Amino acid sequence: MVANHDIHLSVRRGTVHALVGENGAGKSTLMKILYGMQKPDEGTIAVDGEQVSFSSPADAIARGIGMVHQHFMLADNLTVLENVVLGSEKLYGIGGNARKKIKEISDRYGLGIRPDALVEDLGVADRQRVEILKVLFRGAKTLILDEPTAVLVPQEVDALFDNLRELKSEGLSVIFISHKLGEVLSVADDITVIRRGTTVGTVIPSETTPRQLAELMVGSELPTPETAESTVTDQAVVTVKNLTVYAAGASLGELGAQPETATAGSAGATARGDVLDEATAPGAAKRVLDDVSFTIHAGEVMGIAGVEGNGQTELIDALIGTRHADSGAIEFLGEDITGWQTRKRRESGVGYIPEDRHRQGLLLESPLWENRILGHVTEKPNAKGFWLDIKGAQADTRRIVEEFDVRTPGIDVTAASLSGGNQQKLIVGREMSHNPKFLIAAHPTRGVDVGAQAQIWDRIREARREGLAVLLISADLDELIGLSDTLRVIFDGRLVADADPATITPEELGSAMTGAASGHLEHVDTAPEGNEGAAGPEDEAR
Amino acid sequence: MKKFDKERLLLALAGPVIALVLAIALTSIVLLASNRNPFEPYALMLQQLPYSDIQVLIINQAAMYYIAAIAVALGFRMNLFNIGVDGQYRLAAVMTAVVGANVGLPAFLQIPMLLLVAMLTGAFWAGIAGVLKVTRGVSEVVSTIMLNAIATSVIGYVTLSDVWGVQVGNNMTTGVMKKSGWFPGINLGSDVGEIYGMVFVAIALGIGYWIVLNRTRFGFDLRATGASESAAAASGVDAKRMVLVSMLISGAVSGLAGLPLLLGDSHTYSLDFPAGLGFTAIGIALLGRNNPGGIAFAALLWAFLDKASPALDYATPVAYEKEIATIMQGLIVFSVVISYEAVRQWGLRRQQRQVGAELAAAAAQNTKKEVAA
Repeated sequence: MVANHDIHLSVRRGTVHALVGENGAGKSTLMKILYGMQKPDEGTIAVDGEQVSFSSPADAIARGIGMVHQHFMLADNLTVLENVVLGSEKLYGIGGNARKKIKEISDRYGLGIRPDALVEDLGVADRQRVEILKVLFRGAKTLILDEPTAVLVPQEVDALFDNLRELKSEGLSVIFISHKLGEVLSVADDITVIRRGTTVGTVIPSETTPRQLAELMVGSELPTPETAESTVTDQAVVTVKNLTVYAAGASLGELGAQPETATAGSAGATARGDVLDEATAPGAAKRVLDDVSFTIHAGEVMGIAGVEGNGQTELIDALIGTRHADSGAIEFLGEDITGWQTRKRRESGVGYIPEDRHRQGLLLESPLWENRILGHVTEKPNAKGFWLDIKGAQADTRRIVEEFDVRTPGIDVTAASLSGGNQQKLIVGREMSHNPKFLIAAHPTRGVDVGAQAQIWDRIREARREGLAVLLISADLDELIGLSDTLRVIFDGRLVADADPATITPEELGSAMTGAASGHLEHVDTAPEGNEGAAGPEDEAR
Repeated sequence: MKKFDKERLLLALAGPVIALVLAIALTSIVLLASNRNPFEPYALMLQQLPYSDIQVLIINQAAMYYIAAIAVALGFRMNLFNIGVDGQYRLAAVMTAVVGANVGLPAFLQIPMLLLVAMLTGAFWAGIAGVLKVTRGVSEVVSTIMLNAIATSVIGYVTLSDVWGVQVGNNMTTGVMKKSGWFPGINLGSDVGEIYGMVFVAIALGIGYWIVLNRTRFGFDLRATGASESAAAASGVDAKRMVLVSMLISGAVSGLAGLPLLLGDSHTYSLDFPAGLGFTAIGIALLGRNNPGGIAFAALLWAFLDKASPALDYATPVAYEKEIATIMQGLIVFSVVISYEAVRQWGLRRQQRQVGAELAAAAAQNTKKEVAA
């Protein structure tokens, strides 16, 4: 295992042990070894002082090690109970016994799970708790959580952390993988930092600051997302007027909508729950985007804050053209593009960093140079007329790999073999290579390590200086505040509030995201600077 | 990065080789279980291979399989299951036969016209499924299977004697086609037979298929759609248009599948015109990994099993049932599915590991350099 070498990690019972490191640093590999999905070439693993060797996840589970994956592995059309017993029917059967056990675990750790709820009706946070319960149900004493907060909003993160504290007070151990140093500091008892496949140190939260931790992680100067001076011009690039989109179910026979509603992940979940509620009320279909209007100027980054599933996905889809507006208009550089196809929009200068790079941004099993063609197949250097220009595309892929520091041994490897951060750098490089005038950046640094994050921010800022208009959608409030020139809050399909990124705090933004505040958000200087011990999850490293 | 190319070739070959070895082993087990010699049938079939008349039969049969499999593969490349090749090629053949029997143009016009009739008929029949999918969201699997049944009925109607049918003895035909529409082949003598001219059309189709898929913008869109529908949509592929267009092309190609026989040999559509080609082609496209070279190999293998197996019935001293070949074909399809998926996953994992290893090595070297500096 050259992806990992000289890893030393010891987790004490009844603690939360955080594992932080850049993407591609080897965290995932390490976790796979601990969970029996991969075998180490050298070195040993000991559980309770006893040396063990795992050849499959089943071995790991038998030793009390359970894993909660970043991408949930639940069957939407089954109930919580069915999901939990699936694959371990032998433990407590599939009926009353299992239900009792689930209730017992749920009560004991304060998970608040109803065994008979359908998973498709659950929100992201609930699904995550089901995943945790699944692991506990199988008798895990050590839980591995892979970036559990990536899909949660601040309030949900707090609830998760309460759960984790509950778990450790009951004597369980938790290995917690995260990029968000503020979170790590607030919940972990020990923190181990991994860099370039090796452990560079273990620290105790009370003796360290986010900054020190981040420097340990990157091994160099730290990035901040702050944009220095305003570059906003008065030239409107994108104008959206009264954009309204109805829920997918409303328009029949939507071929394109099929894969979208089948999203196993986060965004669809809450939206679908809402649709169910709406369905009981007679009358109009649910408006997933309701009368949205805004203008983005050249050189402006407009950030959209909001809890996932409040219309962001639909807004992106409507702007890129994979879903058409039911009413309203989209203007791009003075032209009405509402009826344009996606390809025409992209050709005319709309760049797109999709929210789910695996599903929308990449062909995972295709080589990097084919991924470089994706989305720009009609444009130079990828095509000459009707024909593909393979040489041109390959040469340009090499340039992107070089310029955007995509770490890969070559351009013929499949996209799937790159780490998440490097995949994202390739996408950013691809989109920036066509000199977009308008960039839709959805979670541009999600699941990306600190180093790559800084590079991506730099690229966006650079292009913004040259007059790029950016729509930034992110769950990372610090990123939103730091990078945006203007901020809007989306709630239930409507833009309910706006704020000045220069003064607003993540907490204030967070409360608007739950619909508690609307209109123009003014920063109120009440509490003294939030330097108290309870560093919230919003406290990002800088 | 030649290394990865070589590796991909190796992986591409590993799937079929494992599948074939597995299928042969399983067939031998079946033979053993029925108290037969587990190896002799293979030898008997291979002994057929040197005979030139068998070779001609194999090549001619393979051409038909090849065209049909290319039609199937076109759909497969974008996750479209055109199960309807069977109905499409039969309907196309019957229409071509009727037009060929009733229209007499000079050969240089007649043959292109007949090819066009076949392609249009196939495209039309597949297009129905395409339109249904695009407008109503009907699964093409269901609609093409149903269209197969409808095609059978339409053919039954067309060959009625008061429509276009002509009774020849016990057989219902569509009448003999005009001579100008007979596709010239390569005659190797009366005891060997004739290689259909359409064999070369099949080869050209294979080359065209490769060029379109790998060298054109349209091909890239098609492959992207097959690899990830969501990514293709985000990249600007119009999914509906893509479904319709590829269904039409697939249908047009499958329309040609019956023509080697029709234009090269039978010159009429009759009740004994081969059916089921479209289903066989699905297995062939699978085995050939939707790759024109692979499909050629698979089509030849299938045709070999078809044409060499009758000899098993007449083998001395012990005769074998020729159905052994059918069992083998079934087992090949079965093992292909398993081995391809296994090899694919293994290959992906292996490459991930290799990339990780190379990056770590590079990183280690960098740090060494830093230390040295």
